[in-house]
Amino acid sequence: MSAPADLKRAAKRADLRSPEEIRAEKKKGRMGAWLILPGMLYMALFFAAPVVVLLSMSLFVKPEGADLGEFVPGWNFGTYAEVWGRYWPVLLRSFVFALIATIAALIIAFPMAYLVAVRLRGKPLLKGILLVLLIAPFFSSFILRTQAWKQILADEGWIVQTLKAVAILPADGSLTATPFAVICGLTYNFLPFMMLPIYASLERLDTRLLEASGDLYASPAQTFMKVTLPQSMPGVFAGTLLTFIPAAGDYVNAAILGNNRDTSMIGQVIDSRFFKVIDYPGAAALSFILMVCILILVLIYIRRFGTKDLF
Amino acid sequence: MSTTATHESSPEVNAGSGADLVLSGISKHFADFTAVQELDLVIPSGTFIALLGPSGCGKTTTLRMIAGLEAPTSGTISIGGEDMTRLPSHKRPVNTVFQSYALFPHMSILDNVAFGLKQRKDKDAIAKAKAGLEMVELAHLANRKPAQLSGGQQQRVALARALVNRPRVLLLDEPLGALDMKLRRQMQVELKKIQMDVGLTFIHVTHDQEEAMTMADVVAVMNQGRIEQMGSPRELYELPRTAFVANFLGKSNLMEGTVVADAGPAIVVDVAGQRLELLKERAVATEGKIVVGVRPEKMRIAELDRPDFQHAGNQLVGTVTDASFTGVSTEYLVDVPGVGVVGTFTQNLGQDPARPGDQVCMSWEPEYTFGLGADEDLEAGVQAS
Amino acid sequence: MYNTKLGKWFIPVVGGLAFVYLLVPIVYIFVFSFNDGGKSNLQWKSFTLDNWKNPCGAPGACESLVNSLSVGAVATIIATALGTAVAIGLVRYKFRFRSTADLLIILPLATPEVVLGASLLAQFLNLGWDLGYWTVIIAHVMFCMSFVIVTVRARVAGLDDRLEEAAADLYAGPVQRFWKITFPMLIPGIVAAALLSFAMSFDDFIITNFNSGTFSTFPKFVYVAAARGIPAQANVIGSAMFIIALLIVIIGQVVSYRRKKALAARG
Repeated sequence: MSAPADLKRAAKRADLRSPEEIRAEKKKGRMGAWLILPGMLYMALFFAAPVVVLLSMSLFVKPEGADLGEFVPGWNFGTYAEVWGRYWPVLLRSFVFALIATIAALIIAFPMAYLVAVRLRGKPLLKGILLVLLIAPFFSSFILRTQAWKQILADEGWIVQTLKAVAILPADGSLTATPFAVICGLTYNFLPFMMLPIYASLERLDTRLLEASGDLYASPAQTFMKVTLPQSMPGVFAGTLLTFIPAAGDYVNAAILGNNRDTSMIGQVIDSRFFKVIDYPGAAALSFILMVCILILVLIYIRRFGTKDLF
Repeated sequence: MSTTATHESSPEVNAGSGADLVLSGISKHFADFTAVQELDLVIPSGTFIALLGPSGCGKTTTLRMIAGLEAPTSGTISIGGEDMTRLPSHKRPVNTVFQSYALFPHMSILDNVAFGLKQRKDKDAIAKAKAGLEMVELAHLANRKPAQLSGGQQQRVALARALVNRPRVLLLDEPLGALDMKLRRQMQVELKKIQMDVGLTFIHVTHDQEEAMTMADVVAVMNQGRIEQMGSPRELYELPRTAFVANFLGKSNLMEGTVVADAGPAIVVDVAGQRLELLKERAVATEGKIVVGVRPEKMRIAELDRPDFQHAGNQLVGTVTDASFTGVSTEYLVDVPGVGVVGTFTQNLGQDPARPGDQVCMSWEPEYTFGLGADEDLEAGVQAS
Repeated sequence: MYNTKLGKWFIPVVGGLAFVYLLVPIVYIFVFSFNDGGKSNLQWKSFTLDNWKNPCGAPGACESLVNSLSVGAVATIIATALGTAVAIGLVRYKFRFRSTADLLIILPLATPEVVLGASLLAQFLNLGWDLGYWTVIIAHVMFCMSFVIVTVRARVAGLDDRLEEAAADLYAGPVQRFWKITFPMLIPGIVAAALLSFAMSFDDFIITNFNSGTFSTFPKFVYVAAARGIPAQANVIGSAMFIIALLIVIIGQVVSYRRKKALAARG
C-alpha cells in the first residue's frame, strides 16, 4: 500500500493532480508547519542561536586594564591559537579515553543486549525487569554512582586490598586517580546508551536466520560475523555515537575518579575556564573546537560505516 | 456466520436498498501512468458487481475513488443522483471492507464495529454494533482486540464494521485475498448470502475470476484502466468480446482466420485450411481477417482411426502432444498444423484416453464458436499458472 | 549457533555479569545508606536506620530533590508536547526547510553536554537573564526534545496509513481521525519518550551546572557535597528513587503481563 503514496509523490512532480488534491496538499503543508513551528523555533532560539552566541563570544577581546570577566565584542582569533596550543593534548586525551570507553562499552553491552533481545524472547517478564534495571540507575544519580565507584575502588577498599594481596597490583599501586579509573567510569556511565540501541536492532533479528546460517555450514563464529553482527549494525552504529559523543565531553568522571596530572579531560578545562578562571572567550573557543572536532569525527564515521536511517 | 443469522436477529438486514451509483468519464492520471481511463459505469442499486482484473488494471483505484480516498483527475461520481465527486471520504454514504481489514488495533472488536455509528452520533451505536457482530457470529468475541482473532474472524469483523452503517454502497477490496482456499470458498457463499439479505449495492474488487463469477450478478472485466466487457458471468464466459476477456475469464482457444463465405446467419472462416462455421451475432467482425475462439470444454476429441468416429460441426485435426489425467477429466494439448497448440479435455466416462502421438479430430457445434476482431493479441489476459 | 556449549553459556554468563557490573554501585549506595558514618560516609562504621527515618536530615538534600523532580516533570511535559508535534509534522507533511529542521534535531544529539551547557550559558549571559529554575527548565527541554522527536518519529513512521483511511471511510473527519486513531496508537511511544526525558532530566548534571546559578538540583547537590563527603541521606534518596522507579515500572509490567495472560487464557 505504499504504492499510492509513491504515486502521489510522482504525481506531485508532474503536477497531474486535480485542483482539489493540490488544495488539500497545500492545506496539509500549512498544518504541518503549525505542528513543527513551535518546536523548531524553540530549537532555533535555545540551540542554534546559543551556538552562534558562543562563537561570537569566543572572539571577544579583553580590553586593557579590564576587570576579571570583562570582555568586549571583537575579532580576536588569537584565542583559538592560544587555547589550541595549550590544550590540544587534553583534547586528544579526551578522544582517546572516549574511544577506549566506547569500545569497552560495546564489548560489554553486546552480550547484554543479545541476552535480553534474543535469548529472553518469550520471557517478557524477565526481559522487562532487566530492561528496567538498565534505566532505573538513572534515578539514583550518576554522580552518586560515580562517587560510589570511587569509594569501591579506593586504596583502603577491599578490591584494592585483594589485588595487592595477590600481587596483581603493586604495594604502592592504586586504582582511583588513574586513567584506568576514569575510563572505567566513562564505560560504566554510558553503558545504557550503548546497550539500548543495540537491543532495539537485535530485537528485530529473526532467529530463523541463525538456524539457516548454521544449516548452511556456517560455524557459530561465522554466523555471528556474517548474520548477527550485520543485522545489529544500525544499533551498534547509533550506540557508539551515543556513547562516544557524551564521553568525549564529559568531565564528571575525570573530576571524581581522576587526578590532576594525566587524566584531565577537555570538559574539565572548559568548566574551569568558565567558572574558575573566568576566561569566557577561551572557554567558548575550546567548546567550539570540541564541537567541530566531534562533528568532523562523526561525519567521517558516518561516511565510512553509516546507514542513512540512523536517527 | 451461517444460516442461523436471520432477519430477526439483525436489524441491518432490513436496510433499504442503495441508490444507483454512476461513474461518468472518470479518469485518474498519475505521473508515469494512467490508472483509470474515461470510465463510465452505472451500477443499479442492489447489484452485486465484481470488478475483475489483473493487478494494476485500475480496479482498486476505481474503488478508492468511489470511497473518496483518491480524487479523480476528471469525471464525476454520483450516488442516487447526488454528486459525490468533491465530497471527502468521511462524508460519503459508502463503506469499505479493506484488503488488510484495517481493524483498529487499540480498540476492542465491539468498538471497532461501533466506530462508524458513533462517528455519526447514532444513539444505538453499541446495540447496533452488537447486532452486527451477531450477524457475523462473533458476538462472543466482542471484548477481544483484533490481534487476538484469526484471519477469518478479522475479515468478518471488518465486514460487520462496514455493514452496520448501512451504507448505500459497500466496497470490498479483495477482502478474501488473505484467507486460505477453504475459508475463502466458505466466505464467498456467506458474503453472497448477506448481500442478498441486506439488498445493498456491493462492489467487489478481485483478481480471482472464479470468485467474481460465483458471487457477482454483474462482472466488469478491467484491463489497463478500462472496462473491457461487462455483463453477467454467463454472458462474459460464453461470449467474450475481446481476447483479454476470453483468456482472463477461463481458458480459450483463439485462432486467426479469414472470412471466406457468408451463409445467412453464419459466416465461414478459413483457419489454416479448415473451414469453421460461426454465427454472425457471435462475432465482433464478420468480414476479412478475424479471430475465431472456442472454449476447451466445448470440444469433443476422437481418435481418427476409431470406428465410431463421426464428422460433425467444426473440426480441427492434429497430433496429441500432451495428455494429463486429473481424475475427473483428461486434459490434452493438441498440435494442429498451421494453428498451433489447442487445449481441450474430456470428462472421464471410463473411455480409453488418447495418448501423445495419436492423431485426433476435435469437433464442436458452430454455435459455441465466437469471433473477435483481427487486431486482438491472442495472448492478452493469459494467466501464468 | 544455538546449540553449541560455548554459545549456550557464554551469552548468559557475560550478559549477566554485565548487569551485575551495572548494579554494583547501586548496591554500594544502598548499603551505605544504612551507615552511621558521620558526615562523610566514606568508611563503614555501624548499621543504623536513622538516615532512612530522617532522609531530609542533611541540609539542602530534600530541597534539591524536590527541585529535580519539579524540573524533570515540567521539562518532560514541555519537551514531550513540542517534540511529539514536531515528530508528527516531520513524518506526515512535506514542506521546505525540511533538512534544516532535521539538522536542528540531530545536531544537539551530536553535541557534547559541555558545549550545550556553555553555549546556553553564553546565550543567557547575552540576554541578561538570571540563572535559576527557568533557565534550567529551558536547557532541559532543549536536550530532551531531540530525544522525544527521534523516539516518537520512529513510531509515527511505523503507523499504518490504512487505519486512517479506514477511519475516514467510517465517517471520521481529520480531527477525529487524529484523536481516535493516530494519537492513541502513538501513546506507547510518547510514554516511552516522556520516561526517557524525565530520566535524563533528573540525572543531568553538566548542562544544569552551567545554567542553574545558585539553584540546586539533586545531582548538583551530590556533586557539591562530594568535596566534603556525601551525607548518607543522599544515599537514602538515591536508593529510594531507584527503588521507586523500579517498582513503578515492574508493577506496570506485571499488570500488563497478567492482563495479556488473562486475555490469552480466555481464548
